[in-house]
Amino acid sequence: MSAGVDLDNVCADFGTFRAVDNVAVNIQPGEFFSFLGPSGCGKTTILRMISGFISPSQGVIRIGGKDMKGQRPNQRPTALIFQNLALFPLMPVWENIAFGLEVRGVDKQKRRARAEELLHLVDLPDAADKAVAQLSGGQKQRVAIARALAVEPQVMLLDEPLSALDLKLRQHMRAELRAIQKRTGVTFIYITHDQGEALAMSDRVGVMSQGKLQQVANPRDIYNNPANGFVASFVGENNIFTGEVQGTEGNLARFATASGTFTARLGPAVTQGMKARLFLRPEHVRLAPGAGGTNSIPVEVTDVAFEGNFISIHARDAGGQVLLAEARNDGATAVPAPGDRLHFTFDGQNAVILTGDTAARDIDA
Amino acid sequence: MKDLLNRYGLLLTTVFAVLTGFWILVLVVLPNIYLFEHSFKPYLPVAELGGPKDVYSLDNYLTFFRSPIHISVFFWTVIYSAVVTFICFLIAYPLAYYLSKVSARALLPMIFLLLFIPLWVSEVLRSFAWFIILALKGPLNASLLGLGIIEDPVRWITGFRGVIIGLVYTYVLFMLFPLYNAIQSLDTNQIEAAEDLGAPWWRTHWRVILPHAKPGIASGSVMVFMLSAGSILVPTLLASTNSRWFTEIIQQWMFESQDWNTGSAYAFLLLILCTVFVSAVMRVFRVKLSDIAK
Ligand SMILES: Nc1ncnc2c1ncn2[C@@H]1O[C@H](COP(=O)(O)OP(=O)(O)OP(=O)(O)O)[C@@H](O)[C@H]1O
Ligand SMILES: [Mg+2]
Repeated sequence: MSAGVDLDNVCADFGTFRAVDNVAVNIQPGEFFSFLGPSGCGKTTILRMISGFISPSQGVIRIGGKDMKGQRPNQRPTALIFQNLALFPLMPVWENIAFGLEVRGVDKQKRRARAEELLHLVDLPDAADKAVAQLSGGQKQRVAIARALAVEPQVMLLDEPLSALDLKLRQHMRAELRAIQKRTGVTFIYITHDQGEALAMSDRVGVMSQGKLQQVANPRDIYNNPANGFVASFVGENNIFTGEVQGTEGNLARFATASGTFTARLGPAVTQGMKARLFLRPEHVRLAPGAGGTNSIPVEVTDVAFEGNFISIHARDAGGQVLLAEARNDGATAVPAPGDRLHFTFDGQNAVILTGDTAARDIDA
Repeated sequence: MKDLLNRYGLLLTTVFAVLTGFWILVLVVLPNIYLFEHSFKPYLPVAELGGPKDVYSLDNYLTFFRSPIHISVFFWTVIYSAVVTFICFLIAYPLAYYLSKVSARALLPMIFLLLFIPLWVSEVLRSFAWFIILALKGPLNASLLGLGIIEDPVRWITGFRGVIIGLVYTYVLFMLFPLYNAIQSLDTNQIEAAEDLGAPWWRTHWRVILPHAKPGIASGSVMVFMLSAGSILVPTLLASTNSRWFTEIIQQWMFESQDWNTGSAYAFLLLILCTVFVSAVMRVFRVKLSDIAK
């Protein structure tokens, strides 16, 4: 069983500080939904409101269509996985998992059986009698998931559950979480500041900044059709040009920048004469020996980094702006060398003009 | 030690060390050894000291076991000290929980100050204050009568009631602070996790908070119990005619009978028997000594 979660213009205030600002989104039953945003943007606060630890200062939260106002966390059909997991260190693994059943008065034998079943589900079959302290990070993670699943929640809430794990394990657990979600059909609301995680796992992603929901879309649209400068710059790499919109034709527009005038797609709510930014993904940049087409920037290559599956090329244009291109390591593209003079060219359909601030990038984002 | 040397230099450090050593040795260790030795000696007129009768024996200790009255006083002292300990726990646990997990951080220094201020007043004065408060025509009865809660004045200082009230008041903070420390160190997320999994508040306390606080409960209880059983001031001031505390018997031996030897034996018996009792209780509740030391 799973339930949808509706946030109706939800706000959260701490004193005069508004941590969550008018967030409105309908999360479908059985959906894997991620809130993605930089540290301090209000993600945990949203999750704590859904689970009932804080009440919204405005707006309505509905779970399965039912208004949750006044419902304590122990009355809601949600289970929260805490950022630090919060396993009970004094109980063995199986009692941790069975705690929710113990609370519901299930007898000991059934509890034990159910705990073992869930340990199988999370691929940790022999851990029932271990102490929590004996487990590795990834194993604790699985126990936390099993403990939450044991109460058969209609909505699972996960607060950056993978952030403490190392890269390899993180990638493995991503797939695992996704598989568990598919198997159980429970609605997952997942919080992360890691864009890779959000894009790879989610049905839909809500990108947040400073308490506001910036865009809700499927991962592909978040990446390919960002709604504003914040989303574009928070998710993925960009070459960014500041300038002004000049003429528009269809969905394209002419955009004047210090590096030249380009043709690019018009983003939402961008009109003629506006000051805006042009966002161009490095993988959409082509390297050409001579000028070609409307969008062409003469550059000098400054650095070439071999990344394995792709090659990252840093270059500088006449105005001194640093530009980034990525070439696939498919053997077909000639790899330039530092000092080469080339042209960066791109298709106007692959670049987008957007308004709004850009994200100050996290170190690890 | 190295830290001290660096901070205060050789001279001051030596002075500190010598003074502390002097204090422990001369004021704590030696008197106890002296009393311990004498607890095995008979009480003799000065003339016979060093004579043929002045030999070590267990007689002083056996005096206790031969006296049903003393045994019964000891028994009730232990029982009521346990009652005091339990009442202290009942009062201190909710308060410690409130202070460490519920109240606003900004209020804490204020609350702790209010809790500490009574400690600045001497124990004699505080016990005497209770003697006045609890008196038949004292302010407590007056206010209860005034509020219409009771119709006739209550005789508070009867049986062990006055002693219990006084001891709880005197020692409750010794329960509060270890409990506060223990609960304080519990990750609040664990309390929330329990609630999130559906636990009502009492089960969260029973399964998560109390087990975590167990070492704190144990060290608080040991302190309150030992201090209560060994208290002399409060029982002297607040006891009624029909309640005697074991320490009062020790005092009688020492000051009324002038028999310090039997008095010492009784004092060591109190220490030994209480230690045995505490160890037994700790075993029942599966608390290890190392837990308390933490
Ligand atoms: N109890 C509180 N009192 C005051 N301010 C708070 C409180 N909880 C959170 N905030 C503030 O609200 C904002 C959002 O906090 P929140 O914990 O939701 O961020 P987050 O997106 O989860 O960040 P992170 O990725 O670092 O966990 C922050 O600026 C934080 O300082
Ligand atoms: Mg957070």
